[in-house]
Amino acid sequence: MKRIMTLAAGCLAATTALAQEEVLTVYAGDYVASEWGPGPKIEEMFEARCDCDLQFKPGELLPRLLLEGERTEADIVFGLNTDVTKRARESGLFAPHGQDLSPLTLPVEWDDEVFLPFDYSHTAFVYDSTRLDNPPESFEALLEAPDDLSIVIQDPRSSISGLALVLWVQAVYGDEAEMAWERLAPKILTVTKGWSESYGLFTDGEADMVLSYTTSPAYHAIAEGDETKKAAIFPEGHYFLVELAAKVAGTDQPELADDFLAFILSEDFQKMIATGNWSIPSALPRDQWPEGFRDLRLPEEVLFYSEEEAAARKDEAIGAWRRALSR
Amino acid sequence: MAARAVAVSGGRGQAVSRMAAALAGAGVIALTLVPVAAVLFRAGGWGQLGPGDWQALRFTLLQATLSAAFSVLLAIPVARALARRRFPGRGLLVALLGAPFILPVIVAVLGLIAVFGRSGLLNSGLEALGLPPMTIYGLHGVVIAHVFFNLPLATRLLLQGWLSLPAERFRLAASLGLTPWAMIRVLEWPMIRRIAPGAFAVIFVICLSSFAVALTLGGGPRATTVELAIYQAVRFDFDLGRAALLSVIQLGLAAVAGLVALRLGGEQGFGVGLDRRIDRWDGRTPAARAIDLVWIVAVALFLMMPLATVVWRGLPGLAALGAGTWEAAWHSVTVALGSTAICLLWALPLASRRGEVLGLAGIALSPLVLGTGLFLVLRPVVNPLSLALPVTALINALVALPFALRILRPEAEAIRADYSRLRQALGLTPLAWFRLVLLPRLRRPLGFAAGLTAALSMGDLGVIALFADPDRATLPLQVYRLMGAYRMEAAGGAALLLLGLSFAAFWMFDRGGRVNAEA
Amino acid sequence: MLKLEGVSVGAGDFALDADLALAPGRRVAVIGPSGAGKSTLLDAIAGFRRPARGRILWGGQDVTEAPPDRRPVASLFQENNLFPHLDLVRNLGLALRPDGARPRREAVAQVEAALARVGLAGLGGRRPGALSGGQQGRAALARVLLQRRPIMALDEPFSALGPALKAEMLEIVRDVAQELGALTLLVTHDPEDARRFAEEVVFVADGLAHPPVMTEALFADPPEALRAYLGR
Repeated sequence: MKRIMTLAAGCLAATTALAQEEVLTVYAGDYVASEWGPGPKIEEMFEARCDCDLQFKPGELLPRLLLEGERTEADIVFGLNTDVTKRARESGLFAPHGQDLSPLTLPVEWDDEVFLPFDYSHTAFVYDSTRLDNPPESFEALLEAPDDLSIVIQDPRSSISGLALVLWVQAVYGDEAEMAWERLAPKILTVTKGWSESYGLFTDGEADMVLSYTTSPAYHAIAEGDETKKAAIFPEGHYFLVELAAKVAGTDQPELADDFLAFILSEDFQKMIATGNWSIPSALPRDQWPEGFRDLRLPEEVLFYSEEEAAARKDEAIGAWRRALSR
Repeated sequence: MAARAVAVSGGRGQAVSRMAAALAGAGVIALTLVPVAAVLFRAGGWGQLGPGDWQALRFTLLQATLSAAFSVLLAIPVARALARRRFPGRGLLVALLGAPFILPVIVAVLGLIAVFGRSGLLNSGLEALGLPPMTIYGLHGVVIAHVFFNLPLATRLLLQGWLSLPAERFRLAASLGLTPWAMIRVLEWPMIRRIAPGAFAVIFVICLSSFAVALTLGGGPRATTVELAIYQAVRFDFDLGRAALLSVIQLGLAAVAGLVALRLGGEQGFGVGLDRRIDRWDGRTPAARAIDLVWIVAVALFLMMPLATVVWRGLPGLAALGAGTWEAAWHSVTVALGSTAICLLWALPLASRRGEVLGLAGIALSPLVLGTGLFLVLRPVVNPLSLALPVTALINALVALPFALRILRPEAEAIRADYSRLRQALGLTPLAWFRLVLLPRLRRPLGFAAGLTAALSMGDLGVIALFADPDRATLPLQVYRLMGAYRMEAAGGAALLLLGLSFAAFWMFDRGGRVNAEA
Repeated sequence: MLKLEGVSVGAGDFALDADLALAPGRRVAVIGPSGAGKSTLLDAIAGFRRPARGRILWGGQDVTEAPPDRRPVASLFQENNLFPHLDLVRNLGLALRPDGARPRREAVAQVEAALARVGLAGLGGRRPGALSGGQQGRAALARVLLQRRPIMALDEPFSALGPALKAEMLEIVRDVAQELGALTLLVTHDPEDARRFAEEVVFVADGLAHPPVMTEALFADPPEALRAYLGR
């Protein structure tokens, strides 16, 4: 017990010691602040220009913010996805970002006044070209593929990529989504809680294809020099996944928060985020992307539901998935 | 020996013991009910069950019942074989039995799939023999995985029971020339009946809150458990009322299981440690030897092969471990030692029937609801992030409590039954009783319980998600982070480090309890 | 005087009534058929069972509600008289310091004297497991000696010993009792023990503890219930 008390006291002391500088508190997804995430670089770059102390508080984003309500310490929330923007907006906890959106280079229209995109990717099935000779060339071909093709996906009830997948199927097949799922079902080896489990199964060779992102091959190419991992690109289109930052309405550092949002759209940040977060920068022309990204095969058709549409279709899309896969 | 109706004019000693038990019990209740109440209060009332929830409830009950039943049933012949055979490496095997139990879920699942999966060792073997492949995905896969996690625990508990059968009874059985069947009926079955229900209850309750294992090996939404519904309610829908309702249902199921087990299970404990040698005169026929051999080899292969793949795949990653991982390892060790101390101090006064039912609440409550509730409670008082590690240690202690109680209770009761008269006659002070009698007499089970707690809290991700702090990650969290950042090889290395540390902690405590432990 | 006034002690469906008085310093055997309530009687006196009715007095003082360690009684049980993991010095030290503190030099000397008194000189460092059955009995007696209580309650502590050894132990008990001037209650199922050791006998049968009778007189002319028990 004593050990714990000293530990706690130590933590508190450390926090107060830093409190003399102005502090910008950023709530971020858990991966962001890890030593391989973009967090450390963001911190370094922003602190160099703001003369302040940027502190990442990683963990659950929206649940935590909603629990804390207006008493939250957060000034910025970094890493929200479109699946929660509706609820986040309705909470009234966020303020408009006030940024000029013209530099954005997203494949979709973006005129949201509250949530500012910093990077994006698309859902895609990733495979290993040394193990899969004839990858399906369209969603339809995937549904038609022989049943010994094995795919791992994520559960739409516990994972953002899993949710994006059911919306993707909904966007491609509409009313026939359930039928599409039934055709896909025999090929689905299993469903996992999150992306990490699925991707682990894939790299272990248990599955031929894994639900991941169009940007996944860039990691293997750049970090590992491995060109064999590919994303299957389908002409029917791919679902758009974007990561967003927003300013907390009750922030006690409004100027710093604005500076941070402006920083997100700066060239420095945009050039770093590709390899920092293994996603495509939100405001950077393709010719300025890092090499491994420039060469990525990306979909020509991009599918995306507005948050209102997504919210309206979500239950139906998950229901179709659940019914078809429960048979 | 029947527990005696001991005394009467209670004395200070018993008053203090009762107070300690009441305090420890109140601690458990507070740590489980207060978070649920906080979540419920925040939600403003109970939520409603969704359409899939009843199906999830049915599946949860089904898989937990099957998993617990198979774990205990299979543990019977294995424990019996281990109890009556001596062979080189037996001690190591018994110690290794703790290992699956302490692996982080994701690592264990990948290890299991490397053996039983579509392209795993088993199917490669079947293919080489020209046999059709088997699939692990489905209800049976969920059960296999849960048996993998929990068979070792059931085996250890039963083994303890076997070794506690008085040697005189085996002598008597030998002199009567009892047949193997009569031997089981007269000697072994009564012992099994005392131990098995408790083991079943603990495993059933662990499996109730299974989520990632059930989903991954269950192969899809058919294998939805209540815990997944809770996760969805908290993380995605922010429907705290529904989360609270579901977690109370889960708690209720656990309470029922605990009470039923207590009713079926034995009244009292029967002392003595794990390594006592009992000479047995049965089981000397070649057939009996062969059967025991088959069980021991089968269980060793079943448990060790997935572990071996974890080791094998982790070796290359060891070189890739960064400073962050070592730091996380250090945090995990600190947390594990802290939880062990808390858990044992908590378990000692609670080592009774009522205490054991109460203790089940710790593993029955959804970690997500627990975390959310604690966050709500702590948040107005203190910055929860600064408490990340202490809170983790406390929660891990709570989660390990039922296991510690299952291990400690039989012997603690035996000690009370054997020595409480002497204690009263001498008027021993509570402290003297605790320090001079209870602790030394409980040394072996304490060592086992401490080892299990340390290993468990090293491997458990628990509730850290809401409290996560960038500078205070624990090793399991680090494994997830590495995987989330595509660093599968480094994640394998970190998982191996975690396995090694957990096992070392387990081994040291367990061993420490046995070295020089006399009488 | 140890007085049991209208005492009734229950143990499950069974109840034992006792209304008797025992003089200080006497050696008393408690005999009777097994299951008659001999141990229950001792439990009531030593404080391990609370009487449903009646009072227990020692020297005119009511001790009915006192916990075992506040009674004038030192007990020897059938088993578990010593903690097996503690050496004899620590075990016996507990009689002097119930808070378990390590015995001081003076206490150690006292313990060793008591051990010497029962013929175990120099064995203070041994644990009970390293002693023979007879030696364990002696060590337990040495503990009683250290407790210095005016009543000794012995519940068949030597029933596992052979006849010669048992006789020897009873001899030591007699010495210890004499030294302490203690009233000694010995539960036994062996009438020989009673004859050899006791001045008085309390006969327990059919839920009743009869008042003490002089040993010789009793065996010379046993009442009917005792006759049945003795098989005569």
